Amino acid sequence: MDERKQLKRSGDGALLGGVCAGIGVRLDIDPALIRVAAIIATFVTGGLGMIIYSLLWLMLPVTPKTRKSEDDFKETSRNAWLIGAGFGVVTLGLLFIFREVGLWWSDALVWPVVLAAAGAGLLWRQFSGPSDSAGNDSGGDGVPGEPPAWATTSETIQPREGSGSTLPPGRRQSRPGRGFGPYRGAFGLALVIGAGVLFLYINGVFDRAGNAALLALTVIVVLALVLAPLWVRLGRNLGRERAERIRSQERAEVAAHLHDSVLQTLALMQKKSDDPRQVSTLARRQERELRDWLSGKTGTEAETSLASALEAAAAEVEDRHGVPIDAVTVGDRPLDERGAALVAASREAMTNAVRYAGDAGTIRLYGEITDGETKVFVRDRGQGFDLESVPEDRRGVRDSILGRMKLNGGFAEVRSTEGEGTEIELTMETK
Amino acid sequence: MSQTRVAIVDDHAIFRAGVRSELESGVEVVGEASTVREAIALVQKVRPDVVLLDVHMPDGGGQEVIRQTLESHPDTRFLALSVSDAPEDVVAIVRSGARGYVTKTISGPELIDAIERVSQGDAVFSPQLAGFVLDAFSGKDEDPVDSELDQLTPREQEVLRLIARGYLYKEIARRLGISIKTVEAHASSVLRKLQLSTRHELSRWAAERDLID
Repeated sequence: MDERKQLKRSGDGALLGGVCAGIGVRLDIDPALIRVAAIIATFVTGGLGMIIYSLLWLMLPVTPKTRKSEDDFKETSRNAWLIGAGFGVVTLGLLFIFREVGLWWSDALVWPVVLAAAGAGLLWRQFSGPSDSAGNDSGGDGVPGEPPAWATTSETIQPREGSGSTLPPGRRQSRPGRGFGPYRGAFGLALVIGAGVLFLYINGVFDRAGNAALLALTVIVVLALVLAPLWVRLGRNLGRERAERIRSQERAEVAAHLHDSVLQTLALMQKKSDDPRQVSTLARRQERELRDWLSGKTGTEAETSLASALEAAAAEVEDRHGVPIDAVTVGDRPLDERGAALVAASREAMTNAVRYAGDAGTIRLYGEITDGETKVFVRDRGQGFDLESVPEDRRGVRDSILGRMKLNGGFAEVRSTEGEGTEIELTMETK
Repeated sequence: MSQTRVAIVDDHAIFRAGVRSELESGVEVVGEASTVREAIALVQKVRPDVVLLDVHMPDGGGQEVIRQTLESHPDTRFLALSVSDAPEDVVAIVRSGARGYVTKTISGPELIDAIERVSQGDAVFSPQLAGFVLDAFSGKDEDPVDSELDQLTPREQEVLRLIARGYLYKEIARRLGISIKTVEAHASSVLRKLQLSTRHELSRWAAERDLID
């Protein structure tokens, strides 16, 4: 697919709408020639060129900007004059159109408006350029190595093949406009003010000093034209500062968190390095906290879902007894009264497993939450035991697990094989 | 019987050393690599039976290694090993061709067992991975393209549930009254579905991972 085959507005190298640049890409001609031709055509046809330009601008699809915005800045210095001239010419063309269609009040307006447009164009290009050129305005070049604040999306940096930019990306070291920045700004300012004065002069305000309203209006328009670009740049600077502040705040937050949690735990682990079990417990707790933090859980809010309540119970038992418990859950539902009872029974089952099989490796909790019922399995790799042989006075399993489940409409089953471990299965129907 | 030849790919030297010392009693460690590029060169040079693969590496991660070597080295199997429990990581690496996924907290003997299993072409599911698969295949897919690939059979679900509960293959076989070979066949079948199914949950997880890369 050759992108050049189709006529498009070009995002690269566009001065106004990118129409001329697009035509240049399509015909493989320097866009500058197209622009000159378009300007001449506009004058010759009495504004018709502007109509065609506007139509093309509206109808043509746009190729996105692919060149580094930084490069555009480097072109800025040279282009600013062209922009100024372009604004003037476009305005002139528009005035021609208005005149043709009869929407006209006075020929006296033409030159002030055209001059003001050219000056505004210059000022706009000057001040909406790189914002860091405020102090050492060197022609809008800014700091070469620093990308502009708004060129943060990576897509804009990817040079695309066949986009037909007439200028090689990235390598525009010549800076013809260097040092002319202030003059350009002053020239733009002079143009706008001059246009205002000319307008007032033509309208005879200076002769009949009484027309204060027209004077005030002119001053306001001039001020607006001059100040708007400055205002835009100020806004952009503020935005960048705010982004910077947010970034540094986030950095401070991460640092504080790491200090409070990870570094403390590491120090603690060094102190306890002769007790592998405690080290392992500390490490697992820290890991869990860090994961919660990374996934955005605050850890302080009460658990509201059954799955997270089961996982929290496993973490709690692990913390209290220093035995690793791996929890896996499938599905989820809101935590209700029955769910809470199930979590309590699960906690008891895990505590039981820790007590009798804590030395035999990881204890596993598996919770499966489906529409009809919830099942929880707690499995250890201990010695196993015979439930019948557990004396009557050892109430742990009977009361807190079997009894609690029965009381809440569920049931529990204990499977134990000598030498292979024990599994407690808890089933609770959900209503 | 010759020992299984294993390569360890992880960007943390300390972790590689730890795994190596744990493995040396059971398998032969034939090489280590710390980047994707090194890993690809290592696979081409020493042709290991099994590559232990870290999911996250600075220059692309385990997926990239699999993508670039699986076709030219069909006999090499990949076992993903990661600290991450995030479903999108697990699903993405398995879908790109890993024969299994275990977390870094796995014990030495369990890891050796998993490597042996993978080297024989079987699938290895950690309890966590079994949980993810059950989760992903539970519920109704609104748009099942291939019903065989998009559903687990009741037997496969049973096997996965037991894996999630911490049962070993031989314990599962005994409990269900089937042979270990049959358990392995179910696991492999689930792995195939995990890799080929177009279920939304799986596609979405894999896509999310691709976006991050």
